Amino acid sequence: MRFTSLSGLALGLALSSTAAFAGEIVLNSDQSDPAPKKAMEELIANFQAANPGITVKWNNFDHEGYKSAINNFLKANPPDVAAWYAGNRMAPQVKAGLFEDVTDVWEKNGLNDQLKSAAPSMTIDGKKWGVPYTYYQWGIYYRPDVFKANGVNVPKNWAELVAACAKLKAAGIAPFAIGSSQKWPTGGWFDYMDLRVNGYQFHMDLTGGKVAWTDPKVKAVFDKWAELVKPGYYIENAAALDWQDAIPQFASGKAAMYLMGNFAVAPMMKAGLKEDQLDFMQFPEITAGIPMAEDAPTDTFHIPSGAKNKDDAKKFLAFVASADAQTKLNATLGQLPVNSGSAKPDDKFLKAGFAMLSSAAGLAQFFDRDAPAEMASAGMDGFQEFMVHPDHQDAILARLEAVRAKAYK
Amino acid sequence: MSAIAAQPDAPLAASWWKRNQLQLAPWLFLAPGIFAFAVYVMIPIVQSVSLSFYEWDGLTPDAKWVGFGNYTELWTDPDFWTSLRNNVAWLVMYLLAVPAGLAVALFLNQNVTGIRVYKSLFFFPFVISQVVVGLMFRWFYAPNFGLLSGVIKTLTGSNIAILADDRYATYGIIAAGLWPQIAYCMILYLTGLNNINSEQVEAARMDGARGWKLLWNIILPQLAPATFIAVVVTVIGALRSFDLVSIMTKGGPYGSTRVLSYYMYEKALSEYGFRMGYGAAIAVVLFLIMMVFITYFILQMLRQERDA
Amino acid sequence: MFPMAIQKQAPWVGIVYQLMLPVALILWLFPLIGVAVTSVRPESDLAAGNYFGWPSRFAGFENYGAVFTQSPMGQFILNSFKITIPTVIGAVGLSCLSGFALATYKFKANLWLFFLFVAGNFVPFQILMVPVRQLSLNMNVYDSILGLVLFHTAFQTGFCTLFMRNFIKGLPFALIESARVEGVSEFRIFWHIVLPLMRPAIAALSVLIFTFVWNDYFWATVMVQGQHAMPVTAGLKALNGQYVAAWHLISAASIIAALPPVLMFFLMQRHFIAGLTLGATKG
Repeated sequence: MRFTSLSGLALGLALSSTAAFAGEIVLNSDQSDPAPKKAMEELIANFQAANPGITVKWNNFDHEGYKSAINNFLKANPPDVAAWYAGNRMAPQVKAGLFEDVTDVWEKNGLNDQLKSAAPSMTIDGKKWGVPYTYYQWGIYYRPDVFKANGVNVPKNWAELVAACAKLKAAGIAPFAIGSSQKWPTGGWFDYMDLRVNGYQFHMDLTGGKVAWTDPKVKAVFDKWAELVKPGYYIENAAALDWQDAIPQFASGKAAMYLMGNFAVAPMMKAGLKEDQLDFMQFPEITAGIPMAEDAPTDTFHIPSGAKNKDDAKKFLAFVASADAQTKLNATLGQLPVNSGSAKPDDKFLKAGFAMLSSAAGLAQFFDRDAPAEMASAGMDGFQEFMVHPDHQDAILARLEAVRAKAYK
Repeated sequence: MSAIAAQPDAPLAASWWKRNQLQLAPWLFLAPGIFAFAVYVMIPIVQSVSLSFYEWDGLTPDAKWVGFGNYTELWTDPDFWTSLRNNVAWLVMYLLAVPAGLAVALFLNQNVTGIRVYKSLFFFPFVISQVVVGLMFRWFYAPNFGLLSGVIKTLTGSNIAILADDRYATYGIIAAGLWPQIAYCMILYLTGLNNINSEQVEAARMDGARGWKLLWNIILPQLAPATFIAVVVTVIGALRSFDLVSIMTKGGPYGSTRVLSYYMYEKALSEYGFRMGYGAAIAVVLFLIMMVFITYFILQMLRQERDA
Repeated sequence: MFPMAIQKQAPWVGIVYQLMLPVALILWLFPLIGVAVTSVRPESDLAAGNYFGWPSRFAGFENYGAVFTQSPMGQFILNSFKITIPTVIGAVGLSCLSGFALATYKFKANLWLFFLFVAGNFVPFQILMVPVRQLSLNMNVYDSILGLVLFHTAFQTGFCTLFMRNFIKGLPFALIESARVEGVSEFRIFWHIVLPLMRPAIAALSVLIFTFVWNDYFWATVMVQGQHAMPVTAGLKALNGQYVAAWHLISAASIIAALPPVLMFFLMQRHFIAGLTLGATKG
């Protein structure tokens, strides 16, 4: 069924604000935070300098709002380039035919080689649907000074982590900061618990809908997680806070650790932390012997199939995929370039992240990018509830299993 | 030639127009309004009902017929029942705005200097956008630095995050919604009180009627039209509640403050929403609930029309 | 008068009443006062934990200045005006016509049509959401100011017609009758006789619709996504996502967003209340 019955009313009321002129490309993206915004401005300036005659008209969206806006503008008035995310997160758009196949951009520019690590997460049905421009590690950011003052060593495994939490809690410090009023920060927690308890393949099977949420192995994940939730090792009232709202507690030393992506470093520094007050560690081992896989979300650029200036858009994609552009872009972003020819970062967090990801047993995108939309939404609701009511575990898992039955069709 | 032939017709046409003017004029006056209302309100309702029998992701061009599939899924969807339960809570709690508005109106119905300014300032919250009201109350409720949570902490010693606690969150949002709604009911009652038949009141006072008795037997019956409108706008407002939920909690924590209007939006258009047909089915349920009230209101109005 | 006039009661009642009024008002406007104070609080106060006390200094200029210079608030406000004013003109204009028709002519479908307008005015927005969005996409007015104006105009016509029809019903019908007897055409009756009498209703409705449309948030989220057409309500929401924990800026932006309808209300108070309470009294 199509809602075209009334389109006769259109009467040529063309008001499309994104109609591009020749030599102009319209770019929609979501770099609303200060550092990403600056990185984007530089990228556009560099691109225009390298391609005289092409100008970029940039529409910058609010980061959270963008996630729902994209489905509207891809249909209504598609730009020439749109920012989005890799993995399953781009599947609905690809399946609906809203993204252009850019396999040729990969082939012509030698990207199959240079972006090899990200190729699988950009491939659906054997074709490439966009180019990755950045990725970043997830892990535990912690306060070495707070650890030291309370006689806590950097935990190497689960038992040490739980012991460290107990010690911090006894000293009146919340072991973990988190703000879960937006759903996604809980997704990071679930990802790591599952990756460490069951390993990469199981996690991919679970987010891919191949395993039941009522499986004992999933229950085992929540049982482990409960060891942190039940004793109250997270800050109070986390569900009332956005992730940024929780940073002041971390910066003031009321909380000692924060499981987050590397984009959190900039606001943490801005909140007043000095270099020696902030450090990074890999999420510790839980089930001994399981190879360590990590969350490393990849951010991407795509060409909507309705784009008006695809030729220049492809030039933009090729530019942003190049080693040099990614070096510069990621230096400002404070994240990792995907292109293997890019210069290695010299920032201590990125160095640690790069080392960790280079030896990782597998890279997950993130819960809401690996699982399809409906499952992701219900899943993160469930994680959020679990972190407040760990005793609801069985009911939550039964509910998620019911969602799984309909979300993967 | 035709110009000449047309000549004799002209007065005829005019007289035809004259004869039928009274029948045709209303339709000419109504045409633009009916057209706009049909295109943007009536036809979309029909389309939504029809869409609720389809599965459609809003991205691909074609929708799949699923019959009553969306409705049977609703029946087993716990989030739907949570939303419905919250709608009932909204409806019941929101109606408190009617007596509360009456109470404020009675308090302010005096002739002292400056009372007009007081009345305006009491009415103030209604003029403000619900987005702003929502942000204000979010700040008001915020743990650690909000004004209300500060008060609660000094009183009870514990920090309660109203909007993050599934026991209180919905009521916290409703309280924010009551604020402008009470103001609205107040203004309705103030106008009503202004037009009270004072002779009747004085006569009742002569007969010794005082306080509650006077209010109940003499005043309230005269305020019936104000009460009717207050109930109508409050019921509609309660069922339409979307802005505050969206601003204050986005349906969280873990979906416990969803209402049908928000759940519908979430399923159809939000960040993780791709289910237009399912959303339409939720909208149809909400529509049917509202139709019960709308029908009742219209029957009431019809009676008034007949009496008039 | 009910309750008993203060002046007729014991003097102490009057004094207590006069004292209670400001106290009650402050309690009633507590959230608003809190936000207003926060909007002139310097950022350092928030960082230092001074959330409730008196601001350490007046930072109104820098906070309000920051909202305008560091965010597209100016554009949002402008968009809101661009959406609201044409809607007011359109909806009030349409409903003058339809209200006149429903109030002055007797025909079979009259009451039926009237109730259709009333009922349509009360339906949940969600039942319109997907089709209206789709219609706007097809008409190429999605994500534009025009798209919002068209929808709001059409939707508000329901309420406006209800209002106008009841208002005209209250006018003396003899005026129209005698004009008809004299052979004045129906359109002239509308234009020269009824319309001038409708001025107070037009004023009241304009203020009301201005407020309703200015404060709309739902349709702004459904129909608009870019800054170029976003009204101030949706813009405020987007800023809230950007200014996390910057409550002094959010508060200042909130106050700015609330200001136009508030001014409108204070300037046109009599009309505003007359509009809202139409029907709250008999006759």
